Amino acid sequence: MLVMASDRIDIRHVARLARLALSDAEIATFAPQLANLLSFVDELTELDTANVAATAQVVPSRNVERADALRPETLLSHDAALANAPQTQGGYFRVPRILAEDI
Amino acid sequence: MDPLHDSAVAIATAVNRGEMSAADVAETVIPHVARIDAQVDAYLQLTPELMRAQARRVDARIAAGERLPLAGVPVAIKDNMCLDGTRTTAGSKILGNFVAPYTATAVQRLLDAGALPIGKTNLDEFAMGSSGENSAFKKTRNPYDLERVPGGSSAGSAASVGAFAATLSLGSDTGGSIREPAAFCNVVGFKPTYGRVSRYGLIAFASSLDQIGPFARSVEDAALAYDAIAGKDPLDATSIDRAAEPTAANLPRDLRGVRVGIVKEFDTAGLGTSIDTCYRNAYDELAALGAELVEVSLPTAKYGLATYYLIAPAECSSNLARFDGVRYGLRVDGADVGEMYERTRAAGFGPEVKRRILIGTYALSSGYYDAYYLKAQKARTRIAEDFARAFELCDVIASPAASSPAFGFNAKSDPVAMYLMDYYTIPVSLAGLPSLSVPCGAVVPEDGTRAMPMGLQLASPLFTERALLGYAHAYEQATRHADKLRPVTEGAR
Repeated sequence: MLVMASDRIDIRHVARLARLALSDAEIATFAPQLANLLSFVDELTELDTANVAATAQVVPSRNVERADALRPETLLSHDAALANAPQTQGGYFRVPRILAEDI
Repeated sequence: MDPLHDSAVAIATAVNRGEMSAADVAETVIPHVARIDAQVDAYLQLTPELMRAQARRVDARIAAGERLPLAGVPVAIKDNMCLDGTRTTAGSKILGNFVAPYTATAVQRLLDAGALPIGKTNLDEFAMGSSGENSAFKKTRNPYDLERVPGGSSAGSAASVGAFAATLSLGSDTGGSIREPAAFCNVVGFKPTYGRVSRYGLIAFASSLDQIGPFARSVEDAALAYDAIAGKDPLDATSIDRAAEPTAANLPRDLRGVRVGIVKEFDTAGLGTSIDTCYRNAYDELAALGAELVEVSLPTAKYGLATYYLIAPAECSSNLARFDGVRYGLRVDGADVGEMYERTRAAGFGPEVKRRILIGTYALSSGYYDAYYLKAQKARTRIAEDFARAFELCDVIASPAASSPAFGFNAKSDPVAMYLMDYYTIPVSLAGLPSLSVPCGAVVPEDGTRAMPMGLQLASPLFTERALLGYAHAYEQATRHADKLRPVTEGAR
């Protein structure tokens, strides 16, 4: 029996994982589109990948280390680092409450 | 010298010789670009004051005896690259008010080489799209038919050069975002080997695929821009630490002895008679220049799209997690920090970005990682191996750059139909290969009356940029397809 992709993806759960609030209208639009895309990528199951190594990145690379020293060319001043912040207070980024009051 | 229409090579030569000042170039270009852009909407922002200030610096350096490879050359920058002190939006509402606090390495290298920044160009939001229509801000038009898309995601970077509203531009290419719009806008678009150009200051989409490259109206100009931006950057650990040999000098004039691979599985007959004829003609032109055409096989290339649409969204979902309303960008308040995150991202991202975040989050989530993300990474290995085998038989692979000429606005409502535009560019991206699109003719679309430009994709082994640009130059100089079409924009030429 064909398992429909829309039965496999719990879009509300995935949206919570992604910290993304979705409206009911968006869920109605995205659900069939994502199901269609998942059906499309299902063709990969035909491809034999037994004993094939995963590729994270194609060009040979190695760990790059450097001295633990300041790089003046990349330093942002305190003010510059805060300049784009939606809200600041006392030289810090200000965010809404993180812990509930009764904890 | 005509700084509106001449090549970058000609402009830099004239400015270096003192025949025209960079300041005069800027004063000629600034009103011209504004007039053209009123028709094309390639730019999200023009930066005339920065352009004038940079022109003064260039003129001072020339007066002091320096010679600069891009002296006085007007350039456009895709708006996902940081330019210190300017708004940098990535085409997204979530970065609508973001002012870059530093300059991307590739942009800085252009400026150091003497280029003049015209402005920041429109793009599909976070470089996700193939038409430019996913921009949160405006619709860029194709300079060869204003009712058609310019391609994407580097929509404005392709359209500005195609419309003679920039001499050079920078784009970024993750799955085809330089090559496809270059094909649509009758220009050369070049994606170097992954890692050749630093990504420092490029707003990340899919980090294992993203690569910056130039648009130009000739291969020689693209090579000149590439030479300026390529090379190791200590600020990008993935940038390649090997000498990039200069590519712009002594480009070859023929293809004698070059083996050009034609991919058996990329049969163009299914694309329609006129497109098929266009590409068969392009392959014949390569042969007429002395190339030996050889059939090669990429049996796993057909899995490229499925592989890409797992890997790229997975990396995007991770990269875009940083847009949370805390340090920069939009914030929509909520009762607690979690609600603030969710509302900010709901209001800040457009539908295509949300779809990709959802798919990527799903593909990486517990219980699905092996079936989707890991499977795709293994498929990527097989695709790259197919290319390596093909390059035992040929020096370069020729194929279409896109599945069709430029299409009309709102023509691709189904996301997967849009993704199919990049059928030929995506496998090349997954393999990390250097690749470009060069104009190869024109086709009247089935739904249109005006002939639209077509692009030939050439792809070669890792790190063979110099050879690749040479093949493309020889083809371009012999065929001159780009010169046979004229933009419809007034004052373009």
